[in-house]
Amino acid sequence: MSEIGVMLGDTVNRLFGGMVTAQLLASAEDGVWPAALWKAVEEAGLTLPLVSEKRGGVGCSWLDARVVLHGAGQHMAPIPLAETILAGWLLDCAGIEPPMGPMSIACAAPDAALHLYRESDGWRLDGVCPRVPWGGAAQHVVVVAMAEGAVRVALLAQGDYQVTPEKNMAREPRDTLRFAHAPVAACDAAPGLPENAVELYGAMIRAVQIGGALERALVESVKYANDRVQFGKPIGKFQAVQQNLAMLADEVAACGAAGSAACAAVDKSLRSNNPADVWLRIASAKARAGEGAGKGASIAHQAHGAFGFTYEHVLHFATRRLWSWRAEFGTGDHWAAGLGRRVVEIGADNLWETLTATD
Amino acid sequence: MQTFSFDPVTLPPAAAELRREVRDFLAEHNARRSPLDRAQSWSGSDPEFSRKMGEAGFIGMVWPKKYGGHERSSFERYVMLEEMLVAGAPVGAHWVADRQSGPLLLRFGTEEQRQKYLPPVTRGEMFYCIGMSEPDSGSDLASVRSKAVKVDGGFLITGRKIWTSGAHTAHVMIGLFRTGSNPDGRQEGLTQFLIDLRAPDGTDLKARNNIQVRPIRSLLGEHHFNEVTFDEAFVPDSQVVGKVDNGWSQVMSELAFERSGPERYLSSIQLVLEMIRELSSNPTPQGHAAVGRLIAHLSTLRQMSVSVAAKLNAGLDPALEGSIVKDLGAVFEQEIPAIAQAIFNVEPRIGKHASDLEQVMGFLVQNSVSYSMRGGTREILRGIIARGLGLR
Repeated sequence: MSEIGVMLGDTVNRLFGGMVTAQLLASAEDGVWPAALWKAVEEAGLTLPLVSEKRGGVGCSWLDARVVLHGAGQHMAPIPLAETILAGWLLDCAGIEPPMGPMSIACAAPDAALHLYRESDGWRLDGVCPRVPWGGAAQHVVVVAMAEGAVRVALLAQGDYQVTPEKNMAREPRDTLRFAHAPVAACDAAPGLPENAVELYGAMIRAVQIGGALERALVESVKYANDRVQFGKPIGKFQAVQQNLAMLADEVAACGAAGSAACAAVDKSLRSNNPADVWLRIASAKARAGEGAGKGASIAHQAHGAFGFTYEHVLHFATRRLWSWRAEFGTGDHWAAGLGRRVVEIGADNLWETLTATD
Repeated sequence: MQTFSFDPVTLPPAAAELRREVRDFLAEHNARRSPLDRAQSWSGSDPEFSRKMGEAGFIGMVWPKKYGGHERSSFERYVMLEEMLVAGAPVGAHWVADRQSGPLLLRFGTEEQRQKYLPPVTRGEMFYCIGMSEPDSGSDLASVRSKAVKVDGGFLITGRKIWTSGAHTAHVMIGLFRTGSNPDGRQEGLTQFLIDLRAPDGTDLKARNNIQVRPIRSLLGEHHFNEVTFDEAFVPDSQVVGKVDNGWSQVMSELAFERSGPERYLSSIQLVLEMIRELSSNPTPQGHAAVGRLIAHLSTLRQMSVSVAAKLNAGLDPALEGSIVKDLGAVFEQEIPAIAQAIFNVEPRIGKHASDLEQVMGFLVQNSVSYSMRGGTREILRGIIARGLGLR
């Protein structure tokens, strides 16, 4: 990891470690916007790590920014930090200077499309985007759509679209946004991005966040197993418990590695100016993390016994996110099916060549 | 709680060039191997193929040139290995020597031992086996009882080693024996020895040295394993590897090389390839999802394994990470036959009338149960991981 990555990691852990308490998480679930937390995160410079310096960002790599995404997952920060980071990067790809404040990213339902078009006074957007993270709380939202023969990134401001509030299982906002002749604040072509950039990179940030939340579930489980005494000794001394928690550690390791590999692959394709097969790495990461989220959450709950099933205990803040995130921006199985189609198309004889091509 | 990390690694440019070289080599020397033979993976053994690999410079790749090595990076060796394994090349004959015995001798051997025992390995002419487990000492390796008693000019070795892969064809065994006087010494008082089993020309030296090898056939009926019995076999002082009574720590350093290589997740790759071939002609949505999931695991495991290789290369001790890779890798290798069974309505079969898919399944359904035992059982690995977590 680079120096900047280490620095970002320290900042994230110090800041979230102190501020994201069970009390804050519970109040966020009741719909209170954690304004102080957002302010602290923005002041610490964590919101725009991927935006180039000339546009007011830090200009670091995805692998460095991964540390922030991972930390946001591990500490279960109830703010759209990962979404703002991605939105900022998408804007940067289109040469648009990102605004301050929380942002989100939106894509249409799989069977629908966004209609981005130009009028005499500027760009407009029509369409419906379901399940937009913090869609109502975000001051801006970013979409990616084809228009006039190019993939374009568009920035829209709060107030210019209609918001219907909804939530995921972790009671994080997942709102429906309706754009009707909505004015676009800024819009430009982003040559390197695919049309499904929001879904694709959304899957990547969730994969990394899953790695973080799962690591938290492991840390909580180890702590509980060392503290909880039954039959005269900490339950962590029993081999059955040890073997289960080792399997949980396996899943944490695999999810973390899959997310890192995806970030590294994106960096590499950006450096070489070659939009190589980042799709394959991101699909692998979401498929692997989606599976690990389910397996890992089950083991963590088993280790916690009935205490982990209470609202009182902190574990569920991690596990309810894991159960939600594994389905967001495409389930693990959805990405796995795509991977399967891709490798069958490539053929057995070219499989290894393809898997090693992004080295 | 010990933290673990799997940082992404970018392979050096030389690795890509080498990959081409290895693929060309395989196209020339491995093209006619059947899918069933390829499924043997690194258990598949062909001394002639080993000699060709030696000629091509693919054995002892990272060793010093003065011992016949090629002084290439461990990443290049990794690339060579994964290409060989994905192609199901018969690398078994020289496998143990290249992976662990050579590095052991480079680290602990005498100059004389290195001069004598390394160059023939790099030529693909000298094969090793490892004498560690005993009938009563498996996972609990520190309980080995076979002993080496000091006599004038050397040691007399008496006892039994078991599960010794390739002892019937190997030229040399590196064996672990109890030299300390205290039989309850556990980790203390163990010593590693180089024991000649065959002369360089292949002449069998075992009977002459009071060593007997008895085959142990696997449940597939195949002969890879052996039981090796020593009845006061004389081994000269010059054959001690490293220091007398220091064997335990030497063995542990050897095992680090054994746990995280590409062979820990590629043993069932042939079946994944056959599944992809089958889906090309008979695509199904559940088949795509199942194979895609395997590819996600495969690509993640590879990233993790390369990352551990980078740590080993940097002189770090990634014992925890290595155990994680091996644990996950064995689960992956073992679940593939059942997944193939779930998506294709075929019977795993033996015999040449069966299709390639059926034969490869037939082999792996039976053989893969061993993948979570060799090189450290699943339970031992998870115990190591639990220790890393601070639970023991």
